[in-house]
Amino acid sequence: MASAGYPFDPAEITEKRKRIKRELLADGTKRIKKNIAVLGGSTTNDIVSALEVFLLREGIEPAFYQSEYNRFWQDAMFENAELREFKPDVIFIHTSYRNIAAFLPAASASKEDCESALNERFDYYRRMWDRLLSEYACPVVQNNFELPPYRIMGNRDCFDNAGSVRFINTLNGMFADYAREHQGFYINDINYVSSCVGLDRWHDEKAWCMYKYCCAVDVIPYLSFNVSRIIKSLFGRNKKVLALDLDNTLWGGVVGDDGVEGIEIGEETGTAECFKGFQTYLKKQKDIGIMLTVASKNDHENAVAGLNHPEGVLRPDDFIVIKANWETKDRNLAATAKEMDLGIDSFVFLDDNPTERALVSRSLPAVSVPPMDSPDEYIRTVDKNGYFEVTNFSADDLKRNDMYKANVKRAEQMTEFTDYHEYLLSLDMRAEILPFSPVYMQRISQLTNKSNQFNLTTRRYTQPEIESVAADGNHITLYGKLEDTFGDNGVVSVVIGAVDGAVCDIELWLMSCRVLKKNMEYAMLDTLAGECAKRGITELVGHYYPTAKNGMVKELYSDFGFTKTSEDENGNTEWRLKLEGYKNRNDVIKINQ
Amino acid sequence: MADNINERLNEVFRNVFDDDSINVTRETTADDIEDWDSLEHIRLIGAVEREFGVRFTMKEVSTMKNVGEMMDIIAERG
Repeated sequence: MASAGYPFDPAEITEKRKRIKRELLADGTKRIKKNIAVLGGSTTNDIVSALEVFLLREGIEPAFYQSEYNRFWQDAMFENAELREFKPDVIFIHTSYRNIAAFLPAASASKEDCESALNERFDYYRRMWDRLLSEYACPVVQNNFELPPYRIMGNRDCFDNAGSVRFINTLNGMFADYAREHQGFYINDINYVSSCVGLDRWHDEKAWCMYKYCCAVDVIPYLSFNVSRIIKSLFGRNKKVLALDLDNTLWGGVVGDDGVEGIEIGEETGTAECFKGFQTYLKKQKDIGIMLTVASKNDHENAVAGLNHPEGVLRPDDFIVIKANWETKDRNLAATAKEMDLGIDSFVFLDDNPTERALVSRSLPAVSVPPMDSPDEYIRTVDKNGYFEVTNFSADDLKRNDMYKANVKRAEQMTEFTDYHEYLLSLDMRAEILPFSPVYMQRISQLTNKSNQFNLTTRRYTQPEIESVAADGNHITLYGKLEDTFGDNGVVSVVIGAVDGAVCDIELWLMSCRVLKKNMEYAMLDTLAGECAKRGITELVGHYYPTAKNGMVKELYSDFGFTKTSEDENGNTEWRLKLEGYKNRNDVIKINQ
Repeated sequence: MADNINERLNEVFRNVFDDDSINVTRETTADDIEDWDSLEHIRLIGAVEREFGVRFTMKEVSTMKNVGEMMDIIAERG
């Protein structure tokens, strides 16, 4: 079996992709199905087959639409029944240097001609993106451009008005500007990927002249892997937590044996500097919302002492949970996941010890366990795997560490109360429960793609879909924000109901597990009932579609007082509630005050 | 030597076409293997090049008529 991520053997992916695909499809994993349209400016077959392998590994089963050779622009710009019928969940535009080579200015071109060539090229792409974003209402992923295989003016090519290197760098800048200004538009940075691979290896005249591949066949998996990172992130398949070993992973040496003075971290030696660099990298990840935990075989005091080393970068406070004990690491990881209310598949485990890695891989196959054999390779190995690929960045991501920390504090306070209702009142909870509004669209869409456990229908929505549901008048939409004495949880619950006469059919009901058992679901139901009353709606219909992860809400509607009206052989159930005489259930959260 | 090439080549074919029943001979052509189309040809060439550490020229890639010709080129370069 090939390794599950970076470093991978590109030749193995290319040559054995049929076997790998067959084995992945037979491994019993439940995968979400997604339709991916690939609009190519060069041959796309191998790009698609490598992409398929990487997505299957991330729990996504893709179906593909591929444009005819080099028909990307026509496919995008003209009405296309086949593409519309295909209903893409993502559109990936695979263009490259080969698609702009003919439009690069001649070395003798004037400054004005060069500027207009740039604007013309940008416009050609921009019109296509504008149309795709509005017609298909799904995310669009666009390659930028790799640098050219040759430079007519040599080094001057990078600054002369007519230089091809300057042209590409400037055009890439224009693409980036568009990406910053448009939701649902993402750049697949092949400029970076081709640099990592090396341009001399990337550009392959034979592959171009004979097969019309824009790059060498054996580097295609790197390109596809990079696209797969964006796609799996869009569909909520990112990791959330880095579970870290300590000795020889975060510092050199064994703190229990060598003492705090004896471990290598800081700038004293090359090894010490290497570990400091890695800690700095992890700290930066933490700062964008990736959560850190410790899984170390150590006495707790020694672990904390090591993390307080004066030359270290990470501090005990940077970790949500520190498990430093003599229990096996798979058990510690499982316990950590439970304490944080997260699925074990949200975890990446970093440990220099191959035995520990093998144990965790075997016992918890959903955990990502990259090889960590040499400290000078740690950053590259973690970074290139793209576990935390950032496609959308919300304010909640930045606050995540504080929110999970506050959760631990809430749990501590809870032990002081014998009456749970008293405890809930002591939290002084305030909720904002209102129809979708523009500032939250991104977070709402993110939640529909990430929430798996407290999610009745597991329906996924792209941001444009959320916006259209909010605007169409036939839906009741509600988001719920929850705040308490320990902090702001942000948007944690989303409900969408389709209105048909006097009936409201609940298409989506989800809640973040970070606010479980706070009665937030009752607050949402009360507000929904209120909205229905305003519109003369007399009945609610709910659905529960079972998945591998949402067992916790199987009886939610029953708890809400709904009556089960049907159940099919797959366990899908339908529930109904008459709203006449509805009595509010929540008495611990203040709503919209 | 020739037997060895045949054996290694067979393994490459089985991998690329994901079919363990394949047994290539000098006379095998694209018509004999169901999935051997122009796209698979690209992967096959890449795989053979890697296995034997040889590079085929563009002309060879487009004119090779059967496995025997491929084996001859490998034997000559290897």
